[in-house]
Amino acid sequence: MFAGFDFDVIQRALPYLWQGMLFTLGLTALAMVGGIILGTLLALMRLSSFKAVSLPASAYVNLLRSTPLILVIFWFYFLVPIAIKQISGDSYAQGIGPFHSALIAFTLFEAAYYCEIIRAGIQSVPAGQVNAAYALGLNYWQATIQIVLPQAFRNMVPILLTQGIILFQDTSLVYVVGLTDFMGAASKVAQRDGRLVEMYLFAALVYFIFCFIGSYAVKRLQLRITPPR
Amino acid sequence: MAMIEMKNVSKWYGSFQVLKDCTTQVEKGEVIVVCGPSGSGKSTLIKCVNGLEPIQQGEVVVNGVSVGAKTTNLPQLRAKIGMVFQNFELFPHMSVTANLNLAQIKVLGRSPEEATEKSHALLKRVGLIDQAKKFPGQLSGGQQQRVAIARGLAMDPIAMLFDEPTSALDPEMINEVLDVMVELATEGMTMMVVSHEMGFARKVANRVIFMDEGEIVEDATKDDFFGTPRSDRAQQFLSKILHH
Repeated sequence: MFAGFDFDVIQRALPYLWQGMLFTLGLTALAMVGGIILGTLLALMRLSSFKAVSLPASAYVNLLRSTPLILVIFWFYFLVPIAIKQISGDSYAQGIGPFHSALIAFTLFEAAYYCEIIRAGIQSVPAGQVNAAYALGLNYWQATIQIVLPQAFRNMVPILLTQGIILFQDTSLVYVVGLTDFMGAASKVAQRDGRLVEMYLFAALVYFIFCFIGSYAVKRLQLRITPPR
Repeated sequence: MAMIEMKNVSKWYGSFQVLKDCTTQVEKGEVIVVCGPSGSGKSTLIKCVNGLEPIQQGEVVVNGVSVGAKTTNLPQLRAKIGMVFQNFELFPHMSVTANLNLAQIKVLGRSPEEATEKSHALLKRVGLIDQAKKFPGQLSGGQQQRVAIARGLAMDPIAMLFDEPTSALDPEMINEVLDVMVELATEGMTMMVVSHEMGFARKVANRVIFMDEGEIVEDATKDDFFGTPRSDRAQQFLSKILHH
């Protein structure tokens, strides 16, 4: 089966593919951190008893979750420069570049998903814990930061990382705005050298290894951080 | 002026009235035991004292401050009232010492050293200094509840609220918790205790409040209550829980 297989193609392309992989990992990490921070705020907003706070967060989450990711990436790439021109009134104003627009798109999109995960995590913390915190004189933010979120995140770590693994795969969509991630790099080499089978098999293998290690780490972490109850 | 004053307190969950026109007071240094059948509103009543449960009618005044008033700094008021819960509610992600230190540092502004010193003194007092570095999940129920009492005391409270402190405990652990509470009572702590431990009530209570269906049916001195409870409902309740 591997008779016509050209391993040399892969080897020659490795430095270029590595560049792509660094891009993929960087974008994943940044979007994950941004998404979790923004998602936490959105989750707290959604759980607020004030309608004026919870409704905008719900609307945001529902809008983003009913939109394809690729469309959100497009929007930010093409619409943000137009918006900047409109707002600044300068028709030569520059956009924010493909990387930043993709990063913002991923962050905003992931935040909607993280919000729902974190909301469930917050709700999994027993109400008695919050009462105990309040009874000691802690205010809302102290109770949230000291008592609720640490317990919520402990319950959520596996699913947050699983979402991160999905994000890692989804970053391959940046090709639509002309960025070169790992998948994009593999694709370009495949087209250039006419070695589609080798490159795409190799790409699949790399994605598999990264995601498998990620899942395994999640499992190990889950065992380690579960506090005695 | 009473330490805790409840005036015509009423509360509804939707259309269901959980508290009906409850009026009572706790003087400084008094120990009040609140009893009654389950669902009678005892826990709700005690949670109104520190505003964990908002009320729709009436007024609760603690140490001269109205709990429900918009101008009241509720966290500040709560910091002065210790509360012990049925399910302990220690923070499982923090060590025993950290549980006691947290509010001392965050709310009272004590330094970590000051707080730890205070915490260790209190842990010694409840006999758990050896467990200071452990996590709540590694302790027995009785030990956890004693830590919870120490956590309340760490704030130097003017009064302590106990919401069924022994009802989630195995029988052999009830006494270790009650002993701590008796000691507190004899030292003159103002206490409001929701409990079915009539032995405890007999030993240290000044008054016993009996509740049924959201009403304070009886609010009598200990001797009157155990001697001649006036209401049929209180008599029935007592005969049910005292006969085993």
